Amino acid sequence: MTDFGSIQDRLALNTYALDEGQNHIEVHQDVARATGTGKLLVRVCPAHVYTEEPDGTITAAYAACLECGTCLAVAAPGSLTWHYPRGGFGVAYREG
Amino acid sequence: MSSQEVDFDVIVVGGGVAGAVCAYRLAEAGRQVVLIERGGEPGSKNLSGGVFYCRVMEQVFPGFADEAPVERRITRNVLSFLNESSCVNIDYWDARLAEPVNAVTVLRAKLDAWLAARCEDVGVMVMPGVRVDELIFDGQQCVGVRAGEDELRAHVVVAADGVNSFLAQGSGIRAKEPAKHLAVGVKSVIGLSRAVIQDRFHVTGNDGVAYAFVGDCTQTVAGGGFLYTNLKSVSVGVVLRLDDLAAKGLTASDVHDHFLAHPAVAPLIEGGELLEYGCHLTIEDGPAMAGHDLTRPGLIIIGDAAGFTLNTGLTIRGMDLAAGSAIAASDVIAAALDAVDYSQQAMDAYTAALATTFVGADMKTYARAPAFLEVPRMYRDYGLLLADVFHGIYDLDLTPRRHLLGTATRAFKGSGLKFRHVLRDGWAAVRAL
Repeated sequence: MTDFGSIQDRLALNTYALDEGQNHIEVHQDVARATGTGKLLVRVCPAHVYTEEPDGTITAAYAACLECGTCLAVAAPGSLTWHYPRGGFGVAYREG
Repeated sequence: MSSQEVDFDVIVVGGGVAGAVCAYRLAEAGRQVVLIERGGEPGSKNLSGGVFYCRVMEQVFPGFADEAPVERRITRNVLSFLNESSCVNIDYWDARLAEPVNAVTVLRAKLDAWLAARCEDVGVMVMPGVRVDELIFDGQQCVGVRAGEDELRAHVVVAADGVNSFLAQGSGIRAKEPAKHLAVGVKSVIGLSRAVIQDRFHVTGNDGVAYAFVGDCTQTVAGGGFLYTNLKSVSVGVVLRLDDLAAKGLTASDVHDHFLAHPAVAPLIEGGELLEYGCHLTIEDGPAMAGHDLTRPGLIIIGDAAGFTLNTGLTIRGMDLAAGSAIAASDVIAAALDAVDYSQQAMDAYTAALATTFVGADMKTYARAPAFLEVPRMYRDYGLLLADVFHGIYDLDLTPRRHLLGTATRAFKGSGLKFRHVLRDGWAAVRAL
């Protein structure tokens, strides 16, 4: 079987225009923890943007985001602020 | 507001198939149109599984299948019931599917860039790299859009901003969609040479094959797997219904990787080079989602933003419905501009127009398909049963043979399925799908 590497390796093949001035993802830790949304985000995001840290907080590596919106669709109310990156920034698919 | 205050006749937000077709038709009819796209290049944010039932595009771009940057013409469709260590395929090839061309595989970064260029040909002002933040309303009337500090005004705004449609949600037209109406598609584009694709998939020239998988491809999560041949690559991946993905405790990328490593799939992509890993949200229950209103005074919602996607179990459609809804919207907007009437009543002609097209008809026909596809037996039991029936036929283990009826009955008894369930599911399938 062909090994395509880790998700990070695969994303490294993609083209991104990183918006260093603005993070488009914000996890609201208390609500994310109380509702279980935090652990859910870690699983459902195909780009592995979300990571649960040893202390239980959820960090978001927004630079890797593929902008699908799955996280927002499953997030409990108040647990996540997510919008598209500013115009021209973020992932730029070459195949799609 | 008075007409002299507008910057354009029509603002179209979103440079996908829906937005581009709508903008093209209005500009072709002599209207002043701007097409706003948040990606730096049109197409750079867009991703689809990849089969476009493209007959509708002939109405907008005659010769579409020859002119547009499409990949392969799908003349072979394979429905695959996938189990852990077996699979049963229905393999349908038909030369009639090539003439006229019925379906093509596409890669959206290429197709949508072409569509935007055609828009420019007819005078659309294509404005990439701009994220529209919200719609501007004057009372009930939508009068324009705001992007950062900038405002643009028009007689009519078209929201073609995709499945997440922040515009429809932000203006209160759509509530947050339930997770069971949505699915995430996780896809890899894997490069293979033309020669390998021809040998491996038994296709010639620019003909291609589309596989739809159900069963172990998603590790029992409601949804399915797909594999489509492009010219020099294949698009392969899974679609996972969000409520079930959440409930089953699985990780989306793991399910994708499990599918690509499956013994029935791995040989098809063996030796390939990963060109792109991507994902996109998609709609599992289009008929329910499109049930909300699609208009406001001065505003029309089209394509995925409106909920126009159909999973019929056998065909998965979005781009054709996007184009169909865009055509209906552009006709209604052209009439509204002629009549200088952008009222709710004028916009509602869109809903009426849709009902007379294949878009409205098919959304109605397949209204019960999503409910059928919720049957959990679809994602495990039926594939195993089929394989057991065929195993009984082909495994000549020196025991006395039975007729097909006896072989099938034995497989059925061993499956643990209840006859009334199978009867009910079969009856529902032929009526819902």
